[in-house]
Amino acid sequence: MAAQNDAVLKIEGLTKSFQNVHVLMNIDLAIEEGAFLVLVGPSGCGKSTLLNCVAGLEAPTSGRILIGGRDMTDAAPKDRDIAMVFQSYALYPNMSVARNITFGMKVRGATRAEQRSALEKVAHMLKIDHLLNRRPAHLSGGQRQRVAMGRALVRQPKLFLFDEPLSNLDAKLRVEMRAEIKRLHRALGATIVYVTHDQTEAMSLATEVAVMEGGVIAQLGPPQQVYDYPVNTFVAGFIGSPAMNFINGRISKDGGAIRIQVSFDGATRELPADHYPFGGGIEDGAEVILGIRPEYVSGSDPSADRPNVALDLVPTLVETNGFDQHVNLAFGDSEISGRFSPREQIKLGTPVRTRIDLSQISVFDRETRQRL
Amino acid sequence: MSGWLTRNIPKIVVAPSLAAVLFFVYGFIVWTGYVSLTRSRIMPRYDFDGFGQYVKLFRTPRWDVAMENLFVFGLLFIAVSIALGLLLAVLLDQRIRAEGAIRTIYLYPMALSFIVTGTAWKWILNPGLGIESVVRSWGWESFSFDWLVDPEMAIYTVVIAGVWQASGFVMALFLAGLRSVDQEVIKAAMVDGINLPRIYVSIVIPSLSPVFLSAVIVLAHLAIKSFDLVIALTGGGPGYATDLPATYMYAMAFSRGDLGQAAASATVMMMTVAAIIVPYLYSELRPRHD
Ligand SMILES: Nc1ncnc2c1ncn2[C@@H]1O[C@H](COP(=O)(O)OP(=O)(O)O)[C@@H](O)[C@H]1O
Ligand SMILES: [Mg+2]
Repeated sequence: MAAQNDAVLKIEGLTKSFQNVHVLMNIDLAIEEGAFLVLVGPSGCGKSTLLNCVAGLEAPTSGRILIGGRDMTDAAPKDRDIAMVFQSYALYPNMSVARNITFGMKVRGATRAEQRSALEKVAHMLKIDHLLNRRPAHLSGGQRQRVAMGRALVRQPKLFLFDEPLSNLDAKLRVEMRAEIKRLHRALGATIVYVTHDQTEAMSLATEVAVMEGGVIAQLGPPQQVYDYPVNTFVAGFIGSPAMNFINGRISKDGGAIRIQVSFDGATRELPADHYPFGGGIEDGAEVILGIRPEYVSGSDPSADRPNVALDLVPTLVETNGFDQHVNLAFGDSEISGRFSPREQIKLGTPVRTRIDLSQISVFDRETRQRL
Repeated sequence: MSGWLTRNIPKIVVAPSLAAVLFFVYGFIVWTGYVSLTRSRIMPRYDFDGFGQYVKLFRTPRWDVAMENLFVFGLLFIAVSIALGLLLAVLLDQRIRAEGAIRTIYLYPMALSFIVTGTAWKWILNPGLGIESVVRSWGWESFSFDWLVDPEMAIYTVVIAGVWQASGFVMALFLAGLRSVDQEVIKAAMVDGINLPRIYVSIVIPSLSPVFLSAVIVLAHLAIKSFDLVIALTGGGPGYATDLPATYMYAMAFSRGDLGQAAASATVMMMTVAAIIVPYLYSELRPRHD
């Protein structure tokens, strides 16, 4: 029994409705020990609701939640062997930092000696030794979040839950704390479910990403796989910054050769797509959306053996960030974005030679918006 | 000219009321203070006589009763109103149905004047008309509830009526405080393994200390001022068993014709209020460091 359930967290057919608003629909999920699962999606897609169901703070409408192989669907939060960190830090305002961290242990019946040694350990690990006697009101945001993490760590739970823990921090601190969380994950071998709306955070932290859209998990997989092979246009557009370029096209089959016809400025170009693994075959004349990441749109010559196409396109916007230039290029009625070397001279309004590397394209059905 | 007017119009507008307040409030405080140091009887006399009125006041058994009543009434009124108000607020905080209606029902007594409250409770507690006679008519012939006419217990009827009036208001204060507590703190505590009563006792209620302070201040000044409640409920009786300093002062000034005693008791009352208010103002108005 236990052997087949080596998933630390398993969610089966979870549905959650508030009155008649369906917030989560038929969620299935399983993660193994040591995994770092990031639930990512736009605001309001149900990430927090899903996490609250796992924590036992919301009761699911139907479905099952198993933690460590045991059915915890109806268990109280305290019996689930979990710890949770919140966006607002949620520290106990009337208690010192030390007491914030140990209060739960005390209530759960730990001795004073146990409390003290656990406190010393996490305080050292999180570098908050010097703050132990302060009240939360006298801490900065970053310090508060460390304390909140300390409170979670002393529980030594099977599963950590994080709900947008870095969203209230400024950009620099966010990057710092992100690295810290990643380091803790490695050091402790902890299993984590982490919610964020920030795809950069998701990509940099996760061993597994679950992209959510409107109460369903659109795609679940390792970050690189989600980035390279998005299952639909929503995931493709949500993951990656700047966002993937979408170009309407039509399939043309000529003998063995498969091409994608793209029209702009009155002309039609045929782009080679023989290398693209169309799953269930593809029909001549099918309407598709071609997805190309900005880093494959550039001025530099891709290696000769990769399928590519060269176009002269007019820049409409240039943003420099030091290590490359992010350029918007007019493409028919719309625009595509590309990344150019900072050495390249780019003038607004003057066409530049643009190479589009077609080796890593995504092709979606224009009707269903699913990956082909 | 018009520039001068624009700049000074706020001062001009508040000037009459400022003058009125200075004269009628602070002027008469000073006047009362002076009269308490004279031998005034029915009419004020202005020959200085030292602290004779205060010595006489503190030797009067009726004043002792009034001060003791204020102490008993004030303490019980404040403590019971806060305990009951807090309990109601915590219960109402559990997101029950019809919360708005229940809140209004509890808050409503505060909209009544103490005269109405006092009169209503006079009938309810009257042994011949109210609870005692109703319970006897149900068949419990030996039932007795006559605190209103019992000199030992009458002060507690004032406490009952006062609590009935004020606890809804205290509940509203605490409910607003509870609602401003971060819900994520409560969720965090639940995940941390702390049960709901303990969350309230150890985390939520301690974070409401500013609300406690406001409630105590409001209730304390209600207690000291609660002249009309006693007048309407017991009239200070039986005898002078439920006299408070305010009713004592009223009796001295307007029925006993002893302005000196009235002024002395009024001054003692003001000192009592100041002893409560001044530390409060001091703690509220000093610059904050965090
Ligand atoms: N208690 C609730 N009652 C009704 N609707 C709710 C409740 N909690 C959340 N929702 C709705 O569920 C949806 C998802 O909310 P949430 O899980 O907080 O989204 P996210 O965390 O992804 O931003 C939102 O549209 C929100 O309005
Ligand atoms: Mg959320």
